Amino acid sequence: MTLFRGRRILAGAMTLVAAAALAACGSKTTDEKVSAGVTADTSGDTVKVGLLNSLSGTMAISEVTVRDSIMLAIEEINTAGGVLGKKIQPVGEDGASDWPTFAEKAEKLIREDRVAAVFGCWTSASRKAVKPVFEKHKALLFYPVQYEGLEQSPYIFYTGATTNQQIVPGLDYLKAQGAKSLYLVGSDYVFPRTANKIIKAYAEANGMTVLGEEYAPLGSTEFGTITNKVKSSGADAVFNTLNGDSNVAFFKEYKSAGLTATSMPVVSVSIAEEEVKSIGTQYLEGQLTAWNYYQTTPGAANEKFVAAYKAKYGKDKPTSDPMEAAYVSVYLWKAMVEKAGTFEVEQVRKASDGITFEAPEGLVTVDGATQHIAKTARVGKVGPDGLITEVWNSGKPITPDPYLKSYPWAGGLS
Amino acid sequence: MTTVARDSRTVVDPAPPPAKPAAGPSRHRFRAVAGFAFGAALLFAVAPLVLSDFRLSLLAKYLCVAMVAIGIGLAWGRGGMLALGQGVFFGLGGYAMAMHLKLADAGPGNMPDFMLLYGQLDELPLWWRPFASPWFALPATVLLPMAVAFVLGSLVFRRRVRGAYFAILSQALAAAMVILLIGQQGTTGGTNGLTDIQGFFGYDLDDPVNQRMVYFIIAGTLLALLALARHLMQCRYGELLVAVRDGEERVRFLGYDPATVKLVAYVVAAGMAGLAGALFVPAVGIISPALIGIVPSIEFVIGVAVGGRATLLGPVLGAVAVAWARTALSERFPGGWTYLQGLLFVVVVAFLPGGLASLIGLARRGDGERWFGRLRRTRRTEGQAS
Repeated sequence: MTLFRGRRILAGAMTLVAAAALAACGSKTTDEKVSAGVTADTSGDTVKVGLLNSLSGTMAISEVTVRDSIMLAIEEINTAGGVLGKKIQPVGEDGASDWPTFAEKAEKLIREDRVAAVFGCWTSASRKAVKPVFEKHKALLFYPVQYEGLEQSPYIFYTGATTNQQIVPGLDYLKAQGAKSLYLVGSDYVFPRTANKIIKAYAEANGMTVLGEEYAPLGSTEFGTITNKVKSSGADAVFNTLNGDSNVAFFKEYKSAGLTATSMPVVSVSIAEEEVKSIGTQYLEGQLTAWNYYQTTPGAANEKFVAAYKAKYGKDKPTSDPMEAAYVSVYLWKAMVEKAGTFEVEQVRKASDGITFEAPEGLVTVDGATQHIAKTARVGKVGPDGLITEVWNSGKPITPDPYLKSYPWAGGLS
Repeated sequence: MTTVARDSRTVVDPAPPPAKPAAGPSRHRFRAVAGFAFGAALLFAVAPLVLSDFRLSLLAKYLCVAMVAIGIGLAWGRGGMLALGQGVFFGLGGYAMAMHLKLADAGPGNMPDFMLLYGQLDELPLWWRPFASPWFALPATVLLPMAVAFVLGSLVFRRRVRGAYFAILSQALAAAMVILLIGQQGTTGGTNGLTDIQGFFGYDLDDPVNQRMVYFIIAGTLLALLALARHLMQCRYGELLVAVRDGEERVRFLGYDPATVKLVAYVVAAGMAGLAGALFVPAVGIISPALIGIVPSIEFVIGVAVGGRATLLGPVLGAVAVAWARTALSERFPGGWTYLQGLLFVVVVAFLPGGLASLIGLARRGDGERWFGRLRRTRRTEGQAS
């Protein structure tokens, strides 16, 4: 079949258009970056902030609780008069447990809604997907979940723990308890793989042996083989970085293999009160978790937070570490804005250093250099009522060190 | 599947449908050229003027999905191969492009940022190296998916694997590819994928002007792929493909090799998906396993089904409509948009089995005939109408 003349004309026209488009090109990568970013719209008597969490998909179960506690903080702040005299107006978007969707929604919040700050994201993959968006538009993200460290973006405030505030103290605790050998079990994605690399470096430097390392795909429920390997290894303790539903299957299998918290304790870093409830207390009783906050953490600030949360969302709803970190992040942003006297992002960043807040977990301080937060590390034991009771804490807030620069054994990691 | 069986009349029935005026080839030509001109005007003039930069970048993303849809329309609508694993080819194209752009960002001799972070490698892995050259990476975005499709297709079609078995097989391939990518975090970025892509052949992607340029390239490519698909559908090969779909054994007895006929459509569809993936990367700035697994592969097919799989424009319209509805609904109802999306699919499948494209046919013959009788006829004439 021959080409029609009409199509040839069309092809010619298209080439011309393409050429015109190419001729009208903008700056090269070698040019100086001049992008001024997007300025937030604060002209009215309200100020918009973005809430970016998964309300659908596999992560929804965890992220909805974070959304709820952010809303609680916003409500409290608005009742108390808002920020710089403006009421906060939340704009919610659904990240749908899909990383590129997170990037799209972040862009929408920044460019279309012109929000002053965005609160949210859970998985590291979603954070990695939105990071370039926030850096491109010079907008602020408050990320409320513990993560694998090795990151420091000028436009992200990390209000969850980095590795030296959760995993390393957890390992210190195990070492103090006399554990000489570890078995690592994790979901197959970035956080467990990176966390395990750090754990192996720690173990090597501290005379511990890592007897094995197993990964299960996210959402996997097949743990027979892994549990058998763990059992036959005879390790002193298991370090668990599994996420989500996999924990249910893993702990059921673990119990039916005859393993208990006394014979071979499991330290988990992704199981909080909400997850304990869904896994079932009978499988978890006596097992350990490493966090910065538990619902049982003593203090007036926490009593107030727990009471307010239960009053708003129901008596049976527990509070957990990521929820607390999300709640705190809104108050920290408020404090930064008030110190800066403006919503302007660069001024807010400059004002961030040294901001403190009497949080439910205790006093937290923003470290301006890393944009992480000094937090107290805690290790807790799951009780028969599904709540977690603290068995150890670091005594004082630990200065964040996302790249583990102050730990000689971590030299080869980043 | 029942619709495919009913469609078999398109080939066997030699009489043109009565409601359709006898259109000469010149009229077809005129209509096609006018259609393309209209599409070009819409994409190149109206959209950039009406839409904000952000919405335009979203449209660029939708158009990439539409490119995959054109290929699925060819392989599934015309060839009867339910390709449920197009994400693999989209991913191959996307990763090939992203690998090149990451290496270009890092500069000659340097390693991409994520490798330093997760990999603990001393030097660039061997299989990354060729992608440093655009002369390798650019052709690879299309040829790599086509080669994989060729190998897979040759094995599968020769053994006469078809129907649900083919669909399951292609789906398994998508799942396998995701597991492979996630497992190799140090060299593929794992679940994160390849993110934070700064430049596109020397042009800074942060600059809105360059983003616009990427949009224009995508729009132009889409039109070119449409022209290619139209050519394939209208030439002798296109008729043979429909014949294979409707009666593979009969075609075999006529002396043709159905396996080769199917293979061509499958390989072309893979090439289109690869190109779409390659252009998706500069438009969105990320490629990750989340974009190429089972769920996104099915979403590609849903767009085609909603639009009308056997037509030329149906898959494009369907893909854009579904992607746009996803954005619009989730912005308006962040809590419950998935229900609305599901409702939309149910409504289309139940009341408009020929897809959105059959609406055009309905509007064209707006007499008082009953809906369903008309729908059936629309579907019969789809082969000629496109």
